[in-house]
Amino acid sequence: MTIVTRRQALFTGLTGTGLLLSGCSRIFQADSLTESASFQRVLAAAQSWTRATQRFLLAGGQMAQEYKPSDISRYFKPNGTYNPGGTDYNRHVAEGFVNWRLRLDGLVSHPLSLSIADLRRLPSRSQITRHDCVEGWSAIGGWSGVPLALLLRAAGVRAGARYVMLYCADSLGGAPEKGGDQSLGKYYESIDLVDAMHPQTLIAYDMNGKPLDVAHGAPLRLRVERQLGYKQAKYVRHIRLVNDFRDIAGGQGGYWEDRGYDWYAGI
Amino acid sequence: MSTPAAKAVPETVKRRARPRREIIRRHSWPVRLTHWINALTIFIMVGSGLNIFNAHPRLYWGRAGADLDKPFLALHPWPGWLTIPSYRDLADARHWHFFFAWILVVNGVLYLAWSLASRHIQRNLWPTATDLRAIPSSVYDHIRLRHPTGEAAKRYNVLQRLAYLGLLLLVIGMVVTGLAMSPGFDAFAPWLVHVLGGRQSARTLHFLFAAAIVLFIAVHLIEVVLAGAVNEVRSMITGRYAVPGEHD
Repeated sequence: MTIVTRRQALFTGLTGTGLLLSGCSRIFQADSLTESASFQRVLAAAQSWTRATQRFLLAGGQMAQEYKPSDISRYFKPNGTYNPGGTDYNRHVAEGFVNWRLRLDGLVSHPLSLSIADLRRLPSRSQITRHDCVEGWSAIGGWSGVPLALLLRAAGVRAGARYVMLYCADSLGGAPEKGGDQSLGKYYESIDLVDAMHPQTLIAYDMNGKPLDVAHGAPLRLRVERQLGYKQAKYVRHIRLVNDFRDIAGGQGGYWEDRGYDWYAGI
Repeated sequence: MSTPAAKAVPETVKRRARPRREIIRRHSWPVRLTHWINALTIFIMVGSGLNIFNAHPRLYWGRAGADLDKPFLALHPWPGWLTIPSYRDLADARHWHFFFAWILVVNGVLYLAWSLASRHIQRNLWPTATDLRAIPSSVYDHIRLRHPTGEAAKRYNVLQRLAYLGLLLLVIGMVVTGLAMSPGFDAFAPWLVHVLGGRQSARTLHFLFAAAIVLFIAVHLIEVVLAGAVNEVRSMITGRYAVPGEHD
């Protein structure tokens, strides 16, 4: 048997682990694989497996966990846009959003245009839920708003409608620390009708009992619990029902989705 | 070369040739196959996991936690040579991570099913009472870097058994804490998040379990080299293992 000294063994074992761990990018050509479109298509298959599995597990329309008022985070980290700015949005802030209109159109029988006051007169739902950012942090907040299902029923969803697009008042860009090519773009999001009709999916106007502040999406934001933070579109001003989003913006169904993030954000 | 001195050397070596060592079939093919799939998968999971971690290199205990909350552990971002991909890219790191998470789970389920059905776990990994009584002497042998020979080398020693069972538990722990971080899965099994102490606790445990797995890999590789890297690696590829003799 080959004589291996203790020092050699310890050295080989430790450097071996280090080299394997550190060199794994090089060993597996991880960077060039990451940039290869065909390899990305292979990796993207996992998104379909995850979505199909979670849809199966959540077929009963299970609710995201709701918390007690005492669980509400003292500090709820705003992320993405902190203030959309611009003359138009600044004017709405100065007016207290009295002239803000939420349009709902696309594949619906009766397009709607609602003011914040109109929305506040409709039946509402309040929930204290956990907001999970894709980056890893979480914050618990209380939300009140109109269930999106109620708005969709009022507008009458037409045959062929599959996705609810949410167009926002903010543009976002230049965040290279988020990775990839982070170009400037209008924020938008999309969810399918399964999530849109879920009772916890709200067009929220209040946070922790007060009207939404600018950093958290004033005057209206989406809450689609059971998905990550980037789906919770802020500054929502236009909802549109569509059959397909492939011809909208980058074609992936959302601002972050166009920049590499998964459309299904349940994981 | 054909100098007289060079010719003399092989003669000496021949005379000192060792007796043939006993060859046994050490690892069955399901163990070998799942071992290498697992090895590749875990390296990718660690590399992509560290890239994901870098998006928010702070860990918390409890349900929630963000920048202004007191961290359980605040670290610096891991350097690019440790991460997959090597540059900061949360979206791509997640693609790697969640694809190979499926491979890890499928491979792990196949391994577990086979290992239980063939009684591999019960016979080869579960320590016997004799094994457990031998823990102190086994620890002493390992500290002196002495390895079993002959008949004793044909079976896993007690520390091996405990280490492999521990790894099995750690991988299960990784999957469970990983699932508990998913807001979709949390709606399906809120009790799981509760048992783990909250979503941020699950994330912290996920990191600590991963650190324990990296420690396992380091010790595992050291042991492979000490026990004879060629023989050990060959036994995990072909299954053939030369039993170390008493005087080797």
